Amino acid sequence: MGIAERLIEDVGLRRGVSKLTPEKIERIVNAVISGETGARLKAYSETCMRCGLCAEACHFSQSHPDDPSFTPAGKVHQTMGVLLKTGGRVDADFIYGMAQLAYTECNLCRRCVHFCPIGVDTGYIMSTVRRICHKLGVTPQYIQDTAHSHSAVYNQMWVKDVEWTDSLQWQEDEAREEFPGLRIPLEKEGADIYYSVIAPEPKFRTQLIYQAAAIMHAAGVDWTMPAHPGWDNSDMCMFTGDFEMMGRLKRRHFESAQRLKVKRIVMGECGHAFRSVYDVGNRWLGWRWHPVPVMHAVEFYWELIQQGRITLAKKFPGPVTVQDPCNIVRGRGLEDKLREVTRFLVDGDIIEMHPNKEHNFCCAAGGGVINCGPPFKNQRVAGNEVKARQLAATAERGVKTVITPCHNCHGGLHDIIHHHKLGMDLKFLSDIIYECMVKPAA
Amino acid sequence: MNAAYEFVTGPLAWAAWGIFLLGSAWRLVSMYQLAKKKDASSLAFMDWGFSLRSIVNWLIPFNALGWRKSPAMTVATFAFHVCLLVGPIFLAAHVMLWDQFFGISYASLPDNVADVMTLVVIAACLYFAGRRLAQPEVRYITTGQDWLALVIVLAPFLTGFLAYHQVGGYELMIILHVVAGEIMLAAIPFTRLSHMVFAAFTRAYMGSEFGGVRHARDW
Repeated sequence: MGIAERLIEDVGLRRGVSKLTPEKIERIVNAVISGETGARLKAYSETCMRCGLCAEACHFSQSHPDDPSFTPAGKVHQTMGVLLKTGGRVDADFIYGMAQLAYTECNLCRRCVHFCPIGVDTGYIMSTVRRICHKLGVTPQYIQDTAHSHSAVYNQMWVKDVEWTDSLQWQEDEAREEFPGLRIPLEKEGADIYYSVIAPEPKFRTQLIYQAAAIMHAAGVDWTMPAHPGWDNSDMCMFTGDFEMMGRLKRRHFESAQRLKVKRIVMGECGHAFRSVYDVGNRWLGWRWHPVPVMHAVEFYWELIQQGRITLAKKFPGPVTVQDPCNIVRGRGLEDKLREVTRFLVDGDIIEMHPNKEHNFCCAAGGGVINCGPPFKNQRVAGNEVKARQLAATAERGVKTVITPCHNCHGGLHDIIHHHKLGMDLKFLSDIIYECMVKPAA
Repeated sequence: MNAAYEFVTGPLAWAAWGIFLLGSAWRLVSMYQLAKKKDASSLAFMDWGFSLRSIVNWLIPFNALGWRKSPAMTVATFAFHVCLLVGPIFLAAHVMLWDQFFGISYASLPDNVADVMTLVVIAACLYFAGRRLAQPEVRYITTGQDWLALVIVLAPFLTGFLAYHQVGGYELMIILHVVAGEIMLAAIPFTRLSHMVFAAFTRAYMGSEFGGVRHARDW
């Protein structure tokens, strides 16, 4: 039992470990541990009492109840635990397994925080393991490709600068048929709102930009999007452990907003991007808080509704259930606003998943896991039987729609729903707002 | 035997308390220095209110999700920690020693209550050991350090119980008991028992992050 018995072939991991020598492994492991970690890692590794309470926390261990190597402490035990015990004297095969475990079997969702009396932060430890893997050059191919894209073009999907503005103009052009006065204002200095998205939106979910523009237009928001790099708020480098690049991405994002002298940044319905901008990237750059205020779409929609700036022509037929994305609920406490927005939009009940809110189970896609691509997809879906059971319980009570204000949750839940033939639809809030709002004529 | 008793309750006791107190202080100070040097982006978010909020919420049995999901462990660990701390401090025989050596006197527990508390600690240790052997998720992560911590804690309570009930020769047993207690004190800063020193701070840090940044409960 353990990661060595469930290795999955991945080109990136295989090529990475082929270049390792024992000396290089030892040098880099110790460089990261002594150079980049301090009291947190020391205290966690020393005071974890190995009580096993966290086994109840993790969707992976709950979905593999007979295999303790999937528990949070079990995962640390097989990775950081070994590195600290051996002083980094491990072989390349070990690094392969360690990388697979850290990148694909922990979503960094931090549900285990609710289970550890000591307050051990397993997400931090697994991030540090990933940092070591990154410095060793051992990363899964798919996610590394997105990290390369970030490095080369400052967005996750190899979108060229001209393709970005073309996509926006294309959406504006399409939308003006439905909303004759609609604009997607590019580079507007002094706008109230700087709207940023993740690169998959212009790449293959372009309708989300259309919908966002429609909502901004209907609500009369003074907004802008940048024409230059910085527009992508996503961050796979944060998840591969390429923190230098993460810092550059976040700096570019904030500086893009500062250049346009906007009042605040509103981010689309994405969880991991919010984590990177709100919680992680700013710290790497030495900012305690954000140089420009940051707001997630859920909170922004909530505010528009409070101000009476969105009116509905109809309500969306319920009942619905709500997926609480960890990065905006456990990471920002938006669970009540999410439900208030949902109640405003939906005719019918919210059938809650159990557990819910900050205790909700992760989608198993976040933390960069879905970005590790097809080789790890089946393991990811199998690792979240517990989510399938949560969803099936709401489906039995008549729920056909899962409101899911996060791209990764969408991807993860889509695969689970499909695999288990649950027949449920996934919706962003913006899907429903766009569908149900009063659409201003001319 | 008398000379041995004099030694373990004299110089050895001073040494054990010295290692415990100075060692703990040194560990705390050096950990704080390390945190200042290496964990500034965490330290910056420490907050008294959210720290206490987290500590208090975790000190209430069955309040945190983790406690609720493992009820047997919750009962065992709360009973264990309360008896482990309260029993020895308020044991009549220990209170008498404080009075005898330093002239400090304070209230003590009735002997039968202290006896039950000792049994609770011993029973909890056996339960913890049983979990380590029988529960796969605990067995998988158990190391030598964890067994060592368990034995170090069990020993003074077991020997104290035997000494009080005059089993196995009182004079020998009381010396073993004193030595075992001194080993436990001296081990606190340098073994898994150091969670006694650090847990309040790791808890406080998590509480500060969840309260001040994440606006979510961490229990």
